[in-house]
Amino acid sequence: MAKQRFLQGSEACAEGALAAGARFYAGYPITPSSEIAEILSRRLPQAGGKFIQMEDEMSSLAAVIGASLGGLKAMTATSGPGFSLMQENLGFAAAAEIPCVIVDVQRAGPSTGQPTSPAQGDVMQARWGTHGDHPIIVLSPSSVREFYELTIRAFNLSEKYRSPVVLLADEVVAHMREKVTLPDPGEVEVIDRLEPTVPPEWYFPFDNAMDVPPLVSFGQGYRFHVTGLYHDRSGFPTMRQDEINPWFERVFAKIEHHLNDIVEVQEEMMEDADIALISFGASARSAQSAMRLARAKNLKVGLVKLKTLWPFPEEVVDRVSRKVGRIVVPEMNRGQIRLEVERVAAGRARVLGVNRYDGEMIAPAQIVNAIEE
Amino acid sequence: MKQPMFHTIYPYLRASKKFPHVWCPGCGNGIVLGSLIRAIDRVGLSKDNIAMVSGIGCSGRMPVYVDFNTLHTTHGRALAFATGLKLARPEMNVIVVMGDGDAMAIGGNHFIHAARRNIGLTVIVINNMIYGMTGGQCSPTTPTGSFATTAVYGNIEQPLDISRMAEAAGAPFVARSTVFHVFELEKMMEKALNKEGFAVVEVLSNCHVGYGRQNDMGSPVAMLNWMRENTSPRSVQDGESSAKIARGVLVDKDLPEYTALYDEVIKRAQAGAMNTPL
Repeated sequence: MAKQRFLQGSEACAEGALAAGARFYAGYPITPSSEIAEILSRRLPQAGGKFIQMEDEMSSLAAVIGASLGGLKAMTATSGPGFSLMQENLGFAAAAEIPCVIVDVQRAGPSTGQPTSPAQGDVMQARWGTHGDHPIIVLSPSSVREFYELTIRAFNLSEKYRSPVVLLADEVVAHMREKVTLPDPGEVEVIDRLEPTVPPEWYFPFDNAMDVPPLVSFGQGYRFHVTGLYHDRSGFPTMRQDEINPWFERVFAKIEHHLNDIVEVQEEMMEDADIALISFGASARSAQSAMRLARAKNLKVGLVKLKTLWPFPEEVVDRVSRKVGRIVVPEMNRGQIRLEVERVAAGRARVLGVNRYDGEMIAPAQIVNAIEE
Repeated sequence: MKQPMFHTIYPYLRASKKFPHVWCPGCGNGIVLGSLIRAIDRVGLSKDNIAMVSGIGCSGRMPVYVDFNTLHTTHGRALAFATGLKLARPEMNVIVVMGDGDAMAIGGNHFIHAARRNIGLTVIVINNMIYGMTGGQCSPTTPTGSFATTAVYGNIEQPLDISRMAEAAGAPFVARSTVFHVFELEKMMEKALNKEGFAVVEVLSNCHVGYGRQNDMGSPVAMLNWMRENTSPRSVQDGESSAKIARGVLVDKDLPEYTALYDEVIKRAQAGAMNTPL
């Protein structure tokens, strides 16, 4: 029987990872994400898994990718400065299509910034931080319960689509404690990567004939090559355009063909709304309070909470922009999601940002003021 | 009719991968790969159970030619990828091939810490004293006074001694040879493959194109002669001061291996032994 627990966001993340089948963690200590490492250093070996504290964040993600190729569901957790260092191997994971989960507990930045203060300034870095065009999935939790659920979802999506998945949390969500009821382990939907059903000589780990080719782990008799170079369907380096282009098209298509499965938003009181709040992470909690305060003043305000940030929920924002006159985007940065909303709304609705980047949360009253403007 | 005798190495190469390889004619990398394959054959490792991991540079291209589980990673990070793989699959023979820039400059920190952990990897560092693939820039092992495309006035930095670095960082097996001393090299690789922990073989190799041409040794033969003349077996060098580079098994000691120690961690965790003395 599932019982009620009073959990910190970091604990919920660690529990979610274990429930999703994570059996490997490599990381480097950094505030405000270190709790996840500490918890998993205790919990993983209990579950027969492995934890290793690496020498830096570059090697942390490298070890995660190596372990994933060895067949373990693997993750790391970090914060902005470490996330910057991980961009190199995030690109490798995207190019080589190795499932892995990277938790970025955002703190105020740039540079060392404010280690224990919240921010949401890594939205664009999560999308474009590594060099070159590449597909990526980014999720963002706004509560302790969601941190648990989205950690499981991050693993499931990463296994299903052979893609790195970034879980973009923030200091508030990671450090706050909330009363949550976690499901029994048996009730959690767990997705494992597809393995080949053909003998080794028939196996192409990067077969462009399907959206997501199966991935077998090293040591199973399928001796294949993995590289960060442009590669052919066998994994061997190639400079042939007739091999590079189909690969590029497929790795983007594997995400774009499955937006209905990957993109998740939560709408609240949007039925009659003429003002929409679009937010994510801890700021979505402020937005929710602001919505209630505005409703008490008989303002028709609704909330669209983005649980998937990338691929950007274009279809939803497009629909909302045709329905409402005004969209308010509260976020703890200078308007990274607002720019995306403006792009999709394309002038159909007025888009207004509510921003803070000084290490403090956005207060609901600040959002109400923007609504009443 | 007599069956033709094929060389030992063919069963270990990928027939499907188009040769010729990317290395320049006369490159030492082929000698290193040949020695490694013969050592693997002698030890009798199974191809399915071998993973070869590399970084970036000329050495980084080695895995693509061999019929193992092969992983060509990012610059300097081969040891970190290999660490994760070895933890996930401790039963596999994980061989890491790196160059001097790869292992000592951009990957220097990973090298130190992988050695310190004593994780069971066979580590081949091909030291050609130069960045070959990018066209002859100076590396952490370029000798003082040598010329490079980024040191046309002569290198003013001290070279790093890879083997001594490995020893200082705690590697339980460190050996050094050259591509001139092929039989010796093969034996060292065999010993390294049989070692449980972090086993390093530093191989002095020739980049006559990137290093040699800028330093009056523009042919492979000139560079191989340089290796013959400027190295000496450790037994000779012992007890006397020598300007020559030491060859031989420089370190061979017993230390508990990391993945084996981690299995003990799992046992303690599952027995509920948190914060209890070992």
